[in-house]
Amino acid sequence: MNASHPAASPNVPAITNGSGAAAILSAGIGAFALAVLAFAGDKSATVKSILVFYKPTGALSGVTTTAILIWLLAWGILELRWRAKTVALGTLNIVALTMLALSFLLTFPPIADRL
Amino acid sequence: MEITVRSLWTMIHGMGFGALYLLACSGALVELYRFTISPAPSASTPGQERFLKVYLIAMVILAWAAVLTGTYLIYPWYRAAPPPGTVDLSMFPQHLLMSNSGTIGWHSLGMEWKEHVAWFAPISITMVAFVFIRYGRDLSNHRQLRAAVLCFAAASFLAAGIAGLFGAMINKYAPVQGGHTIQLSPRSN
Repeated sequence: MNASHPAASPNVPAITNGSGAAAILSAGIGAFALAVLAFAGDKSATVKSILVFYKPTGALSGVTTTAILIWLLAWGILELRWRAKTVALGTLNIVALTMLALSFLLTFPPIADRL
Repeated sequence: MEITVRSLWTMIHGMGFGALYLLACSGALVELYRFTISPAPSASTPGQERFLKVYLIAMVILAWAAVLTGTYLIYPWYRAAPPPGTVDLSMFPQHLLMSNSGTIGWHSLGMEWKEHVAWFAPISITMVAFVFIRYGRDLSNHRQLRAAVLCFAAASFLAAGIAGLFGAMINKYAPVQGGHTIQLSPRSN
């Protein structure tokens, strides 16, 4: 297998899936962190005030900045651990996509307001 | 013909970054699907692969530009609190929407969802671009990786679509306006 010319070996992966898995799972974690923080800020006045990083934008500044930091931190850690490995991507895909789907639902006001 | 600075920035945010991102999304989904299901790697040339990488990087830039201008430039103008006793709320879009039972939903549902869901677009497309750049044509050998990339690209499209739809409707009922006026063409008498 020639790693520099993956096209030369069709159907045989030239790169392990670990790096991709790290990016996928961390994207799910980042989206879910954002949704959880938004939900927490909506339910608790204390959390909301803590999340005001930039007053003109209000708690949204803290929600998004914290979520982005969690996403990048998770990505960095997972990339370091998995980049040279082959991982069970099927399960990770389900976890990442479930977190993404839950994020859409948790940020949807009619659902978040009922919880 | 004239436009205010706030209107201009709202237009750049929505029509420049947001709408362009949505247009790019549909192209990217088709191209990613075509590229990754191609049975023979030779079906896609290195030039096409390079083009798609640059295309995805441009999408990442558009997505981040849209959410950052939206959150830190437009949103503070949108949510500005009117001084006590203000009767004309046209310069305070959030309060204008909330002052009428017929428009309150555009804020309580539309903006409340849009301000968060929009951020899923740059997170997702950054991941998609990273994976595509990292794996390139080797993606065709990673079926599960490919499936996740396509799902996240579709989710990014959905998130941007929700944000774009509510953004357009909110700006229709309570446009962000104010700031300096820019004269685009001489006033006619």
